[in-house]
Amino acid sequence: MNLLIKGGRVIDPSQKIDATLDVLVEKGLVKELGKGLAAPAGCEVLDATGKYVVPGLIDMHVHLRDPGLEYKEDIVSGTRAAAAGGFTSVCCMPNTRPVIDNKAIASYIINKAKSEGFCNVFPVGTITYGMNGERMSEMGELKEAGCVAVSDDGKPVSSPELMRRSLQYAHGMGIMVISHAEELSLVGEGVMNEGFTSTEIGLKGIPRVAEDIATARDVLLAEYTAAPLHVAHVSTSGSVRIIREAKARGVKVTCETAPHYFTLTDDAVRGYNTNAKMNPPLREAADVVAIKEGLRDGTIDCIATDHAPHHLDEKDVEFDAALNGIVGLETSLPLSLKLVEEGVLTVEQLIRKMSCNPAAILGLNRGSLKVGNIADITLIDPAVEWSVEADKLESKSKNSPFLGWQVKGKAAATVLAGKVVKP
Amino acid sequence: MKQFRHKDIIALKDLTREEIELLIETAENMREINSREIKKVPTLRGKTIINLFYEASTRTRTSFEIAGKRLSADTVNITPSASSATKGETLADTALNLLAMKPDIIVMRHAVSGSHYFLSKKLPNCSIINAGDGTHEHPSQGLLDMLTMKDRFGRLDGLKVAIIGDITHSRVARSDIQGLTKLGSHVFVAGPPTMIPPEVERLGNVTACATMKEALTDADVIIMLRIQQERQGKTLMPNTREYSRYFGLNPENLKFAKPDAMVMHPGPINRGVEMSSYVVDGAQSHILKQVENGVAVRMAMLYHVCGGELE
Repeated sequence: MNLLIKGGRVIDPSQKIDATLDVLVEKGLVKELGKGLAAPAGCEVLDATGKYVVPGLIDMHVHLRDPGLEYKEDIVSGTRAAAAGGFTSVCCMPNTRPVIDNKAIASYIINKAKSEGFCNVFPVGTITYGMNGERMSEMGELKEAGCVAVSDDGKPVSSPELMRRSLQYAHGMGIMVISHAEELSLVGEGVMNEGFTSTEIGLKGIPRVAEDIATARDVLLAEYTAAPLHVAHVSTSGSVRIIREAKARGVKVTCETAPHYFTLTDDAVRGYNTNAKMNPPLREAADVVAIKEGLRDGTIDCIATDHAPHHLDEKDVEFDAALNGIVGLETSLPLSLKLVEEGVLTVEQLIRKMSCNPAAILGLNRGSLKVGNIADITLIDPAVEWSVEADKLESKSKNSPFLGWQVKGKAAATVLAGKVVKP
Repeated sequence: MKQFRHKDIIALKDLTREEIELLIETAENMREINSREIKKVPTLRGKTIINLFYEASTRTRTSFEIAGKRLSADTVNITPSASSATKGETLADTALNLLAMKPDIIVMRHAVSGSHYFLSKKLPNCSIINAGDGTHEHPSQGLLDMLTMKDRFGRLDGLKVAIIGDITHSRVARSDIQGLTKLGSHVFVAGPPTMIPPEVERLGNVTACATMKEALTDADVIIMLRIQQERQGKTLMPNTREYSRYFGLNPENLKFAKPDAMVMHPGPINRGVEMSSYVVDGAQSHILKQVENGVAVRMAMLYHVCGGELE
């Protein structure tokens, strides 16, 4: 099966390419980039005129809820949503039931994704056994089983000693630790960002310093142990500053933010909107400015969605009772493209943060259209306008604060190892 | 003829100055009924009111019940220990089941801020009255506080009102601030910094004071909030002894206020903690007057959500 993608604007930061080119794919690999390439006999041709042709997008932070919580999402529906959103690879977090703390669960996910999925799935194992925060999981075996990182995402590793040892041990095993930076004693019973909105609507607040203090702790531990660290879902100006300063000192720290943290503020919670409830919570205008600045100056390496599907019954309740999180796979691309329109990022920088950087951080053999590489390719139509509607989302869950939004930009096609994916 | 245009009364923040004044004016008229020998009028005959109290309450629940009965409505009390809440039924399901019994008004107290808006969306044809939601609002308390002040001063415009205590976790403070500042009062808040919410001054004509003395100085009204060792004791203050020393109202610091300043408290009072008994039972205390006005205010709320008019 061969494929010729004709006439698109090929943007591949890994090769510093930004030009109108054709891409020829053969046997699942990139065969040739060039102008006016002829289609070999029997070759499928994809007209990419007016589209961006980029290395397949990678979302390094999603919750696929499989195994155990398939009523929210499963590997099939979650990867279908990913493909619809332009992603060719996702990394799934380990807070499934049971959690991904052993080879059997990791293998189940990888195998199911290979046989039934619509994109590549790279599992993230737990840092601690049972995600209990008490002792390390078998990180060596998790890596051998195909896990690309370890994280107790959803909750922090509360013990500084255990985090220190986990960073050291994981470094030795060659696997990245992803920190969920949150100091629970400062979160208390908080359900939204602490600020004027929480003062006015009377919801208990989560201070920004609950995130900052945990980010600082883990950055210091990474510095002390000389181990790499990736900080998940950065939402505060304080965390951006701490990571920026750490990078300047040479600490091996990388981080991600999510589209909602540069698109919304805690004003979205008004009306007690449970689809604006997530952890970390939506912050304030000054934080949005800082997140954008962090993206612009390279402090923030990646845009990841923290795609967190929840059933209607878990969101259609009183605010305090609602679960944290929103779906994001199908809205990430247009919300992120807005950064280009606003002049925060160039298209090239955006593609780095949505493909090249996650691949480099996790050591995935992706994120580049170099000849000989696996042909995971996303075609983006940057101009198409569409409205976000619940019944058009591929995800099983519809918990999005962006329902009803008019957005611009969409994946025109995703190509997985040379094959056009049809979700 | 003045009519109230809302289905629900959930927060004073949602009401205009005119709407708040209408409720207070109606409450003033309702007091006449409460002074009769036979304290009952047929105004809400045939209406069904459910008092759904997910949190313990004696004063507010009783007050709403009496208010409903004086207007001849049928009132039913549901408390969580005796209801399905302990069996894990969701608020939405409880609401739908209650709706099937066709109540006209549900008066609810709930621990979660904003839960009344949730309930209201589920029950588009039933009026919802908020008897306290989490740390958000307690509009009937705000209204009765304002009525009590109006009784004393004949106006609310230009009054200096001090609110002392845990502002962050007080739904009474939020309703008082929303209502009072809409009606022209200037609110001064004081308490340990651990109990003052961020950017509280943006709520309206509000000044956050560094000391209790600053808030009390030349005040027309002092509202003291309840402090409980169990609730605030963990991290917000050292203990009630120290709290009382710096933020308790006693005959000595009461002198900073205007000589005839009124002292109020939403109850129940922790005597000797936020207020000394000399003040609670003193000449400037209007605490029992507040309770009395509570019935009239709640009658006005019930009357207006049922479409009542004021001539």
